[in-house]
Amino acid sequence: MTHLLFGNLTLADLPHKWFTVGATGSIIAGGIAIAALLTYLKRWKWLWSEWLTSTDPKKIGIMYIVMAALMFFRGGLDALMIWLQQALGSGALPGFLGAAHGYLDASHFQQIFTAHGDIMVFFGTMGFLFGLMNLVVPLQIGARDLAFPFLNSLGFWLFAAGAVLINMFFVIGGDFAASGWLSLPPLSGPEYSPGAGMDYWGWSLQISGLGSLLSGINFLVTILKMRAPGMTLMKMPLFTWTSLCSSVLVVSVFPVLTVAIALLWLDRFFGMRFFTSGFGGNPMMYVNLIWIWGHPEVYILVLPSFGVFSEVVATFSHKRLFGYVSQVFAALGVSSIACLVWVHHFFTMGAGADVNAVFGISTMLIAIPSAVQVFNWIATMHRGRIVFATPMYWFLGFVSLFMFGGMAGVLLATPAADYQLHNTLFLIAHFHTMVVGVGLFGIFAGITYWFPKVFGFTLSEKWGKRAFWLWLTGFFTAFTPLYILGSMGAARRVDSYAAATGFQPLYATALAGGLLIAAAFLTQIVQVVVSILERKQNLAGGDPWDARTLEWATPSPVPFYSFASTPEVRSRDAWWEMKKDGTANAPKKYEDIELCKNTGMAIYLSGCVFLLGFALVWHILWLGVLGLAGAIVCVIVRSFDEHTEYVVTAAEVEKLEKERLGRSPS
Amino acid sequence: MDERNYTSYIVGFISSIALTLTAFFVALRPGAFQLSGNGVFAAILVLAMVQLAVQLVSFLHLGSGEERGPRFLIFAGTIGLVLLIVIGSMWIMNHLNYNMMASPAQMRQYMNAQQGF
Amino acid sequence: MNEIAIEQGRVSDKFVFGFWIYLMTDLIMFSVLFASFAVLRGATFGGPAEHQLYDLANALTETLVLLTSSFTCGLAMLAAYRGKQGQATAWFAATFALGAAFLGLELREFFAFAAAGNTPQASASLSAFFTLVGTHGLHISAGLLWMLVAIAQIRLKGLSPFVVSKLKRLSVFWHFLDIVWIFIFTIVYLMGHML
Repeated sequence: MTHLLFGNLTLADLPHKWFTVGATGSIIAGGIAIAALLTYLKRWKWLWSEWLTSTDPKKIGIMYIVMAALMFFRGGLDALMIWLQQALGSGALPGFLGAAHGYLDASHFQQIFTAHGDIMVFFGTMGFLFGLMNLVVPLQIGARDLAFPFLNSLGFWLFAAGAVLINMFFVIGGDFAASGWLSLPPLSGPEYSPGAGMDYWGWSLQISGLGSLLSGINFLVTILKMRAPGMTLMKMPLFTWTSLCSSVLVVSVFPVLTVAIALLWLDRFFGMRFFTSGFGGNPMMYVNLIWIWGHPEVYILVLPSFGVFSEVVATFSHKRLFGYVSQVFAALGVSSIACLVWVHHFFTMGAGADVNAVFGISTMLIAIPSAVQVFNWIATMHRGRIVFATPMYWFLGFVSLFMFGGMAGVLLATPAADYQLHNTLFLIAHFHTMVVGVGLFGIFAGITYWFPKVFGFTLSEKWGKRAFWLWLTGFFTAFTPLYILGSMGAARRVDSYAAATGFQPLYATALAGGLLIAAAFLTQIVQVVVSILERKQNLAGGDPWDARTLEWATPSPVPFYSFASTPEVRSRDAWWEMKKDGTANAPKKYEDIELCKNTGMAIYLSGCVFLLGFALVWHILWLGVLGLAGAIVCVIVRSFDEHTEYVVTAAEVEKLEKERLGRSPS
Repeated sequence: MDERNYTSYIVGFISSIALTLTAFFVALRPGAFQLSGNGVFAAILVLAMVQLAVQLVSFLHLGSGEERGPRFLIFAGTIGLVLLIVIGSMWIMNHLNYNMMASPAQMRQYMNAQQGF
Repeated sequence: MNEIAIEQGRVSDKFVFGFWIYLMTDLIMFSVLFASFAVLRGATFGGPAEHQLYDLANALTETLVLLTSSFTCGLAMLAAYRGKQGQATAWFAATFALGAAFLGLELREFFAFAAAGNTPQASASLSAFFTLVGTHGLHISAGLLWMLVAIAQIRLKGLSPFVVSKLKRLSVFWHFLDIVWIFIFTIVYLMGHML
């Protein structure tokens, strides 16, 4: 009877370890604090109707970024724990808190690096990227919304459901997957990872993966079909181009991830034999499939950052981007080649010289379009009137790290060298240099650059630069030792080393770097707080940076209808041209505007999908049926709804515009 | 083929039946067509491709109607990716199986078949 | 011209276009299942070879049933474009019946395999078979449910542009499933018969 009701859940799955009790306590305390605040300020209805049910990409973008920042914080805590463990565990000190070395026992350490990877990739970085794309892409192409506003909201809420599910083990279950961020079988199979932690991994990724796929389709259709009149593909800003490339990659490879995880789940749930070590199973097929997804995924993570830098460099050099056409083809080239290199992740698994040679060469080829981009940026800066605002700092930091990490990548691309370096800390250092140095620095540059557009005031330059220097020095301090350690043979995912290896000073240096990065993150929080307190001194008009692209043609913050009248585009750098030929402030012809209504349906649907995921993790049949049925009902009900849009008449738009102009000079 | 007339559907339906029956006959009685071994595989694959093209054009109206350029390009791109995934996986896994052989007998047989590999 | 009218004229554009892209992602998903099948089909773990398992007469029947349902689906769309509610409903009902028959034949085959001990748990080859063919069957089931909803929408809202745009997406989905089946019967059943 209890099994029918609760599936595999038992009382032992409630929190009883120090970190599960701590985390559950924090979540409950945080929840109560937020609920109290909302009740005191009487903002429950406001939260629901202005934010949660919104289909406005400007609001959805902010929600993505807030969630991503929270998840990034969680991933960062995991990183600190890893740094601390490796620094303590690589010396002669005896272990404590129940661990043989350092303070974390092996199983716990494995769960932490697994969670760190998944959270940073899927929820931190992808969340930031979808957030930036939502905020910026429609404005850059002169559109008021994405092609499918409801799907946009659904994509966000599925992402949120996945984020909740991946953290759920703190409250119910107690253990997360301990099999690495990609959970390779047979370790991740039913024989060696029988617990629910592994299934939390699988279902949180499937659910958020579905959200990502829907968002990818959305941005693809939006960019192809909803550009303002006159904006041909070759007149689009570079951030939109790289968002397009990223979306094409998402749409192309997320189905592969879906199937790979599904087949693993079939092994686990139904006892099938895809990746088992017997019965004809072939674990290497999972490795093959997961990297067919996995390599393009890392390019999905960095491509939008390349776009950010193209915008930032051109704006702050007060010069148009050098080599626009080659820049576009470079982005397209990077995207295409990204799909042709995946075996470099398993050169050492015995595919032989033929296969390794092909993929080694294709991997090295990717360096070419990457280099083209850097030269274009430098040429853009040449003879420009450069202003070194914070976004330019992030760009320069990125260039140094991109060179470092990129060259490490070309080294790893050589199969022979890779046999020495595969799965060592050298690899860890390389990919962190890329995702942090390229991906994250691009995100920080983008957030700093577009913050005034979204909120109407700029971020504190002083604190921004401080945060940048802490990040840069912290990153070099933390990861240079890892390049050295990897070359010396230190393997990844190892929680301790004998003191005789002499690794400890290097690990200790890495920890020091980690603490600098933690300080950098805190500095960024200070930056946001200080900026809010000083906002009246830093008010921004529509165009605080004297920028070039169309999003700067709107007021800051952007009104809910974005553009009072649909812009007409005649060239690249549309806004710059409008400023030059005087049409920037031309009188507007107002028109009726159709926008999507708010709806709670995406929340209900995602809630049902969450219940289904939870039920599948714990094998609770009735809950799964309920969740699935609920999700289907939501889809059917939504499909009958013909009145999903509302109209803002031309007269109302005119009135709102006059009010806005009456209030502020910009 | 105009998507709003009966002709395309009727032609598509009849052709598909013919192609399907042909494929089944080729598989069941290859001798009648003087085919054997790899020739049979090739023949039924070609028949499948032809039926794919027939159904794409007569049922899905690929190549006509609004959006025909983008729809076709996107479809072609997807087919490229499909071929990469299927053929790439088969090629790679075939090479990897070298290290994952289940038994010494299979290993011996594999190495004999791949002489000079 | 009224902006809203322009917008509405473009509405079915982007929905059908977006759906087409979703179908391409579905195609990629099937290709991964095909790739897995191609890699694992030989791993029978001592079980029966493929040519001993498949009933080609059944496969041919399933193929002709599904193909006919694709044709009746096309006829349903032609009726819908001509505004003929009764005909559209009838042809969709016929498509539903044929699709359900296809599913019935497939389930019968699955149960026959299982009864003989050829379950998905018996070997990697059978896992791959059941998953590839079964996923196609799941898509057919989803399509059948969608068809019921579509028929309800025709009866309740008539053949407005809103409804016809949705029917268009359903029919594209159904045709797509028949196209995937071409490759299932060719690569799984016909090739399997020779291995």
